[in-house]
Amino acid sequence: MDKKHCVKLSVQPSRALVDEKFIVLVQNAPPGFQMTIHSLHHSEDGHSWEAFGHYTADATGTVNVSQDHSVGGTYSGVEPMGLLWSLRPVPGSKSWLRFRKMNVETPMEVAISVYQGHQTVFVDQVQLASVVAERWYMAPGVRRIPVTESDLTATLFLPPGPGPFPGVLDLWGGGGQLVEYRSALLASHGFASLALDYLTAKITLKTGKMVENDYFETAYKFLQEHPQVSGSRIAMMGLSFGTAMTLKMAVYSEVMKLSCAVCISGSHVQPVNGSVEENYVFCFRNSKKVCFTEEKQAIYRDLLLPVPTDPGMKVDVGRLQCPLLLIVGEDDQNWAAPESAQDIKEMMEQAGNSHLLTLRSYPNAGHLIEPPYSPHTRASMLKAVHVNKMVVVLWGGDTVAHSRAQEDAWRKTLAFLWENLYGRKNSAVTSMSHL
Amino acid sequence: TREQAYPPILSVYPSRALVDEAFKVLVENLPPGCPVTVHSLHLSEDDNYWEAYGHYISDHRGSVSVSEDVSFGGTYTGKEPMGLLWSLRPVPGSRQGLRLRKMNVCTPMLVNISVHCGHLVEAFRDQTPLASVLTERWYMAPGVKRIDIRERGMRGTLFIPPGPGPFPGLLDLWGGGGGLLEHRAALLASHGFVSLALEYLTSGEIPTARLDYNYFEKAFNIIQDHPLVTPDRVGIFGLSLGSFVTFNLAAKSTIINPRCCVCISGFHCHPYRSMGEMIQTNLNKLHVDENNYQIWRDMSLPIPSDISKKVDMGKIKCPLLLVCGHDDQSYPAVELAEDIAQMVHAAGKDHLLTKVFYHGTGHMIEPPYSPHFRATTFMAKTKPKVILLWGGQTKPHSDAQEDSWKKILAFLQHHLYSTPNPRAKM
Repeated sequence: MDKKHCVKLSVQPSRALVDEKFIVLVQNAPPGFQMTIHSLHHSEDGHSWEAFGHYTADATGTVNVSQDHSVGGTYSGVEPMGLLWSLRPVPGSKSWLRFRKMNVETPMEVAISVYQGHQTVFVDQVQLASVVAERWYMAPGVRRIPVTESDLTATLFLPPGPGPFPGVLDLWGGGGQLVEYRSALLASHGFASLALDYLTAKITLKTGKMVENDYFETAYKFLQEHPQVSGSRIAMMGLSFGTAMTLKMAVYSEVMKLSCAVCISGSHVQPVNGSVEENYVFCFRNSKKVCFTEEKQAIYRDLLLPVPTDPGMKVDVGRLQCPLLLIVGEDDQNWAAPESAQDIKEMMEQAGNSHLLTLRSYPNAGHLIEPPYSPHTRASMLKAVHVNKMVVVLWGGDTVAHSRAQEDAWRKTLAFLWENLYGRKNSAVTSMSHL
Repeated sequence: TREQAYPPILSVYPSRALVDEAFKVLVENLPPGCPVTVHSLHLSEDDNYWEAYGHYISDHRGSVSVSEDVSFGGTYTGKEPMGLLWSLRPVPGSRQGLRLRKMNVCTPMLVNISVHCGHLVEAFRDQTPLASVLTERWYMAPGVKRIDIRERGMRGTLFIPPGPGPFPGLLDLWGGGGGLLEHRAALLASHGFVSLALEYLTSGEIPTARLDYNYFEKAFNIIQDHPLVTPDRVGIFGLSLGSFVTFNLAAKSTIINPRCCVCISGFHCHPYRSMGEMIQTNLNKLHVDENNYQIWRDMSLPIPSDISKKVDMGKIKCPLLLVCGHDDQSYPAVELAEDIAQMVHAAGKDHLLTKVFYHGTGHMIEPPYSPHFRATTFMAKTKPKVILLWGGQTKPHSDAQEDSWKKILAFLQHHLYSTPNPRAKM
């Protein structure tokens, strides 16, 4: 029988948001046929990423990745989305790569293919079938608006519709740059989201000076005054060093009245009266506390340990007046996020506001808790801002556990934002069943 | 109240889909028991607005699910997950006889879905909705390639699925309205068939020349010769005049051997040199309805028993799927299909023929969720403009489009992908 005709491959849906699941289905194979299902992505920076699973067709000649076991490859077991989260640079690639989509207006294209047999090398292999899946950060109708007013370096993403929408101020970490993908995705879920560059802002590049605390307040006011934003429903979200800024502003700013805050992989440890620059220097100095693995990957987590008892050295979370979602990976090798989270919990319990705290702590997850199905990066090359060298940083996390953490953390984040910004009580929401 | 301060949350899943895929429209965060209108709006390529809407009431959780709840009024009623698409119609004040057709298949059809307070019946564009989202409906799956074909005197567009191939092929033929219609071929390629949309009449031209079957045979060969096509797995897909061509090729061609054929709303009996001659010969049987729309169906009745006036369908050699509507007002499609069935039966070839007839269904049986048009302008360059009655009632016609497409795809999958070639040498 002509095998080439039998194998039919489909991905449903073929176009989806990056946080939505898909179903990869192979049909019409001979029963018991051994095959490899393979995914391939060419990233914007010119690298190739791949993942694959080893399957055997059942009596009807079908493999359904959402229901069947992979017996080998870059993932094993029943893993509907393994072809995405286990993506890794192809053999021969440069070391220490990290996957990041910087242009969010185009989709991530993934080629999904079927090969005969259980393969591990794909370069000279003949595909039986191949299709393309598009993964989008922006839902149709989401508007991307560069923002330069008031010396801000930011991008606003507005959901489709008349609004007004609740707002989210979205911060990344110590690597700087204007990173848009999480904001684009938040806007795809109904939040007017402002991705803010606060370490490599144009004003900083021009003047050589880091921004002050009022830069965040300016960003907040920009959102508040925007005609399509509900000024009284604004949240702040940060990852890594972005957490430090979020906690500082949530507790101490007289201008910012946040409805809630989301803090991922960060710490409350910082000189509380410090400027942004002083905070930054504080978090990244103490270089004698940096450890190195055998492969010369830098572990920065000890820089903020032990958690100080001096109240001047940590944000007084006992004064927090809005709900806080804390997300930490217990294998975070970059920031002492779990220890900080524990201390935050104790401080809030003592102050009597711990009812505001939701803590999600993920065993074996690392530092870079990204949107779901993003490939896990255990270590990558980073050029830290204002430090003129490239360092290989160990982020931590075991791929499977980390990927599950990303999925769960994102669902919890969306539910938390919907509850606090939309008043949506039921967190087991029907519309999230495909996430 | 606190609840009223929060806006509703509207979602369409998937937000980007192929045109034949279903979606779920969900409204949440409403007050419980709240009457709302869910509305769809589309601006066509020829700058006309089309809309549809349904009237709903939220449940105790403040949700409306278009897939699961009942619409109590609007352009559709009842539980209709896709009613917001198939019941689209030109907004009040539009010209008569409009047809919705996507000519540029490389971009999606954009549909705005919104939710309004209360049960509205008009003036949607004057009201700010509570929420709105945009959904994309695509004819081309990611990775499908579109190639202009201008060779050997052909004019057409080839659509190739992603992947190494080889693939089965399809020659896609539209009707007497002419022009180059790509949307069905693009969609078929999205389902794994190399498809050639072939132009054989220029838009607006009344078919006056005798159809040149050599032209179609050459087009069929072009598909077979393509390096990504398996040459003995090429079929033909026709609608209306395209079906007539298909019947001729299937019964008479000595040059090509289609593996299988799909014929929608076809006729096998056209003993005239042109549509113009058909009308002239049968003027007394050309009726108009109360709107002055032309009804052509009686011009083809009675069906002659003289076989020389028809395509001899007993001569077909491959499986044939016939799809027709009982309410076809341009051709008596069901009677014609029964006549075909008799000829096939007399030749002992019942096993080759599958007929599917639908009640309340007209002539223009398009891919699923395409809005139904009961009458449209035909051959717009004629003066005065003619509006032809195609027939069908919107709900049953839309059901027929959905059901027939599933059957067509299953038929094509079976004959072009699954079964070994019955004529293959052992």
